[in-house]
Amino acid sequence: MRLDHNEQTRSQRRPDWAALAIAAVLAIMAAIIFFDVARLRDMGGYSQVGPATVPDWIAIVLIGLAIWTVVASFKGDFPQRERQEIKPVAWVVAGLLAQMVLIRLVGFSIATGVLFGLAAAGFGARRIWISIPVGIILCFAIYWLFAVVLQLSLPAGPLENLIH
Amino acid sequence: MSTFDFLMQGLVSAMEPINLLYALIGVTLGTMVGVLPGIGPATTVALLLPVTYQLDPTGSLIMFAGIYYGGMYGGSTTSILLNTPGESASIITALEGNKMARAGRGGPALATSAIGSFVAGLIATLALAFVAPYIVKLALVFGPREYFALMVLAFVTVSSAFGNSALRGLTSLFIGLALSLVGIDQLTGQNRLSFGVPDLLDGIEVTTMAVAMFAIGETLFIAAQGAQAPDKVEAIRGSVWMTAKDWARSWKPWLRGTVIGFPIGAMPAGGAEIGTFLSYAAEKRLSNHPEEFGNGAIEGVAGPEAANNASAAGTLVPLLTLGLPTSATAAIMLAGFQQYGLQPGPLLFATNPQLVWGLIASLLIANLMLLVLNLPLVGLWVRLLTIPKPWLYSGILVFATLGTIGANPSVFELGMLLVFGLVAYVMRVFDYPIAPVIVGLILGPLAEQQLRRALSISQGDVTTLVQSPIAAVLLGLAAIALILPLVLRLRGRGNVLTQMAASED
Repeated sequence: MRLDHNEQTRSQRRPDWAALAIAAVLAIMAAIIFFDVARLRDMGGYSQVGPATVPDWIAIVLIGLAIWTVVASFKGDFPQRERQEIKPVAWVVAGLLAQMVLIRLVGFSIATGVLFGLAAAGFGARRIWISIPVGIILCFAIYWLFAVVLQLSLPAGPLENLIH
Repeated sequence: MSTFDFLMQGLVSAMEPINLLYALIGVTLGTMVGVLPGIGPATTVALLLPVTYQLDPTGSLIMFAGIYYGGMYGGSTTSILLNTPGESASIITALEGNKMARAGRGGPALATSAIGSFVAGLIATLALAFVAPYIVKLALVFGPREYFALMVLAFVTVSSAFGNSALRGLTSLFIGLALSLVGIDQLTGQNRLSFGVPDLLDGIEVTTMAVAMFAIGETLFIAAQGAQAPDKVEAIRGSVWMTAKDWARSWKPWLRGTVIGFPIGAMPAGGAEIGTFLSYAAEKRLSNHPEEFGNGAIEGVAGPEAANNASAAGTLVPLLTLGLPTSATAAIMLAGFQQYGLQPGPLLFATNPQLVWGLIASLLIANLMLLVLNLPLVGLWVRLLTIPKPWLYSGILVFATLGTIGANPSVFELGMLLVFGLVAYVMRVFDYPIAPVIVGLILGPLAEQQLRRALSISQGDVTTLVQSPIAAVLLGLAAIALILPLVLRLRGRGNVLTQMAASED
C-alpha cells in the first residue's frame, strides 16, 4: 500500500508542502540548538570537547536531514496520507487542555472526568452530560485506589477532600 | 558462585510471598492493558510504570517483569481474536491466528501461542541467565569508545536499517537525540536548551515522552480515522485445548522460533519482528502443509509467537549487561531502573546481584503464571475487547495522564504530554517511526558521555574512535547497516526491508 503511490506522485514533480514544513521544523530545531549552546562553546578546555560539541553535531545532522527532506519532497518520496478527520482530534485535544487547566483548580477527579467525557465525545459518544459524570465517578474511584491505597500523590480538590 | 547458584538465589528471592504477589499483579495488569486493541508492550509498560513507583526497587522490577511479559501475552490474544496487532511483532500472529479464529479454531490458536510463548520465554530466559555473565565479562574490557561505537550501532539499527525510509528513521532518531540535550549537562553542570524553565532542568522525562508518543499519539491517530466499522471480535468456539495433532505440529516450531528469536533479540539490533518474519518463513518452508499457510496454519502461529517472546527475553541481554536498550520497551524499562538510581550494565551484576538475578528469576515465574492464568481467563480478556471505542480510548487517556500526574503533578508536564502527543500524531500521519525517538532520548545522554570521555582521553583526536579494534568493527557494522539499505532501496529492492519494518516496540 505504501509503495504503489510513488508512481503517481513522482510524475507530478510538485513539492509536498507538508514535507517542506517538516524540513523547516527540523531546521528551526537545529537553529535553536545552535544558538542556545553558543554560550557554551568556549568551555571545551584543552581537548576542545565540551558541552557544546555534541549539540553542534546534532544540529548539523538536523540541517542535513532537513535538506534531505526537501529533496525527498520534490522527488515525491513522501508517503501519501490517508484522510484525517480533524473534529474528533479536536475533541480529544480539548479534553486534554481542559484537564490541564482544571487540575489545579478542582482536583484530579473532576478534571480527569472532563477529559474522559470530551475524549469519549471525540470517539462518538456525544452525550457529554452523561459521560462527564460517569468519568468523574470513574476517576474518583481511581483516585481512591491510587492515592489512598497505593499512596500516589494526586492533586486533590473539593471532591477528594471528602475522603481525607 | 556459579550462574546456577545466582539463579537459585534469585528464585528464592522471587518466591517470597510478597514478590509473588507483585509478579501476579504485574502479569494481570500487563495482560489486561496489553489485550486492549492497538496497545503494544511498549505502551503497556509506559502506562503501567507509575503503578510501581511506590515499591522498593526489587518489588518494582519484579512487577515490571510481569507487566512486560503480560503485555506480550495480551497482545497476541488481541491479534488472534481481533486482527489488530498492537505491535509489528504480532503481525504474523494476526495473519495466521486470526484465520484460525475465523475457522473456529481460535482456542487452539490461543493455546499454541500461550504455550509457545511459555516454552520460548522459559528457554530464552534461561539462556539470558547463562549468557549474561559472559557478556558482563566482555563488557568489563569495554572503554568509552567501545561503548560509544556500540550505541552508534544500536542507533542505526533501531532507526534506519529496517523500515520504509532511512530518512524518516534517522529524522525520528535525531529528534530524540535533540530532545535528549535538554537539561543540565552531566559532565559540566551547564544548562542546555532549558530556556530558564525549571521543569526542564532535569531533562525531558522518558516516561512522559513514551506515554505521549505511544498512548496519546496513537489515540489521536485512531480518533482521526473517524467512525469506521468496528473490528469484529472472533468468538472462541469449541475447546481451547489443543488436540494431539496440534501438539505434534506445534512443538518443533516453538523450539525453532526460540532458536531464531533469541539471538536476534540479544544482538544490539533491536526489533523482535525480524525474528517473527524469519520464523514464519522457516515454518512455511519446512511444513508438510504449505497450502495451509495464509489460511490458518498452526505452525504459523506457534513459530512466530515463540520467536517473538524469545527475542523479547533476548533484548534483556544488552539491556542488563551493557545498559543498552535496543527497543522502545527496553528503553522504558531502563527508565524504570533509573528512577531508583540504578544503571543497568556490568557493574550492576557486581554491586547488586540479588536485584538482577531476582529480576531474571521473576521473569521465569511471570512466564509460568501467565501460562496458568491466560488460558482459563481468556474469556475475561475477550470481554475487554468488546468495550465500546469511546470508553476504551477515554479510559486509556485517563490512565495515560494519571501516570504523568502521579509522577509529577504539574501543569507543565501535562502540557508536554499534549505537545508531544500531537508531535507523535503528526509523525504517525507522515509514517515516521516512533521507537527511535524514545531510544534516542534515553540513549543520547549516555552516548554523549562516552563520546566526550573518549575524546577527552585522546585530547580531541577523533581518530581514537576507530583505533580500538572492537570499536572499529562495531562502527564498521553500523556504517554497513546505514549504507546497505540505502543502496538496496535505490535499486528498488526496498520491499524486503519494508516487510521487516522496525516496529513501535
